[in-house]
Amino acid sequence: MNGSDLESTHRTIERVARESYGRLVAYLSSNTRDVASAEDALSNALVAALTTWPRDGVPQNPEAWLLTAARHSFIDHVRHLQVAEASEPTLLLLREQSQEMTLSPEFPDERLKLLFVCAHPAIDPAMHTPLMLQTVLGMDAVRIAHAFLISPTTMGQRLVRAKTKIRESGIQFEVPLERELPQRLEAVLEAIYAAFGIGWDDMAGVDQRGRDLAEEAVWLGRVLLRLMPGEAEVRGLLALMLHCEARRSARRGLAGRYVPLLEQNSQQWSLPLIKEAESHLAEASSRGRVGRFQLEAAIQSVHAERARSGRTEWTAIVLFYEQLIRISPTLGTRTGFAAAVGEANGPEAGLAVLDGIDPDDVSAYQPYWAVRAHLLQRLGKTSEAVDAFDRAIGLAEDPAVRQFLLQRRG
Amino acid sequence: MQFALLIFESPEAFAARNNNDENDPYLGAWRAYHKALVEAGIFVGGNPLQAPETATTVRLKAGKRHVQDGPFADAKEQLGGFTILELPSLDAALDWAARCPAASIGSVEVRPVSPEYMRRVTG
Repeated sequence: MNGSDLESTHRTIERVARESYGRLVAYLSSNTRDVASAEDALSNALVAALTTWPRDGVPQNPEAWLLTAARHSFIDHVRHLQVAEASEPTLLLLREQSQEMTLSPEFPDERLKLLFVCAHPAIDPAMHTPLMLQTVLGMDAVRIAHAFLISPTTMGQRLVRAKTKIRESGIQFEVPLERELPQRLEAVLEAIYAAFGIGWDDMAGVDQRGRDLAEEAVWLGRVLLRLMPGEAEVRGLLALMLHCEARRSARRGLAGRYVPLLEQNSQQWSLPLIKEAESHLAEASSRGRVGRFQLEAAIQSVHAERARSGRTEWTAIVLFYEQLIRISPTLGTRTGFAAAVGEANGPEAGLAVLDGIDPDDVSAYQPYWAVRAHLLQRLGKTSEAVDAFDRAIGLAEDPAVRQFLLQRRG
Repeated sequence: MQFALLIFESPEAFAARNNNDENDPYLGAWRAYHKALVEAGIFVGGNPLQAPETATTVRLKAGKRHVQDGPFADAKEQLGGFTILELPSLDAALDWAARCPAASIGSVEVRPVSPEYMRRVTG
């Protein structure tokens, strides 16, 4: 095999791994609940593919090949464990599945169950997103650790602990029943949005770790939509992420300078992404079940409208925020509401909203201080504004944001 | 628990301290960061250190005194200061380390303070 063939085989393996990783892990672990062993088996299969495929050519159905190889590795592993733990039922189950597999190259997509397992209430909420990134996307612990600002060793240990909990505490691989569904789905959506948020909040656009994670989150959102096409909030979340993604290139100016939303050149926004976001949002609202993510997407949709009309309808944004606060009165929502009120009804009204937030909650919350500084500056309260700017600057992680605020403070 | 943030800075960052520019953005960022630490109620103590050239390193080898000009390790980034913070967890300490102005131009090492060893030392 020559160099370019080898390269294309490697590319095929990468592509299959990316598209199939979560499906294979989900399928392999859905009966045993042993996610870690399923992942190990799959990585063994991928290593085998790297040696076999360049030699023998890419198989007709690469995914089925990987599944068979992974299953063999999995059975060996369970057999090995069996000596110590006598897990006969698991072994029998695996054998049955193995026979089934020889009959049909198709296997069910169990990723939805896996997503619900990752965001199960019995799992530490802080681990929902890392678990998803690892089990569904195959992201390694080191990359996840960088994104979450946790040491790689610690992240590795936490992931192992979470997977042990899944195996041992009887968490079932199932789509929740109707009455539990809204709450359980909310946790799945939150976890996906948290991954996106790391890419977005740090606003860098220059920072590779953020960009990758935002893209992965959009990908997860698309997977979820394929699995649950009838859920309005799933579309809401995807619409929200796409609206934000549409502005990626406009968020940075020359030399990586930070450009706030209101100063972005709307001609730099991606119209195809905005259009796609709008169509998801329209489809979601036609279902008549408003939710947090649809409202957040609606707010972004009003901002996107500026590309067409040249102006921002702040009163519409305020109305959406009022609904949003009723459902989800988070610090972020209330700060966003204050900023919107400040634009719609003047800085004094905006400050009044901020004053309604408990000061203990905001001592380390950067956006609150940035909005406060901006409103005080508009009122001409210079020394109070400088204080608020200092708090916002001191809490900023992104050097471009820090630079921007330092200049604003004057 | 208490954590030490050990601030490592480049020669350029040390040199920039001498420009006496009160509007220097790095100085401004440090002022703001310090204020945020104090307002959050987590600042225990700390100080910047003078440039590594001012260091003198002492060791006794086989009863003989050895005195060396300069810092212990010859590295590009040198210890430029330290901050002690009172925080509930390492996760929180890493969050504050990431906000430190030195994190984007140098590096910040986070270490838990060791009260156990201190107790053995003080008896």
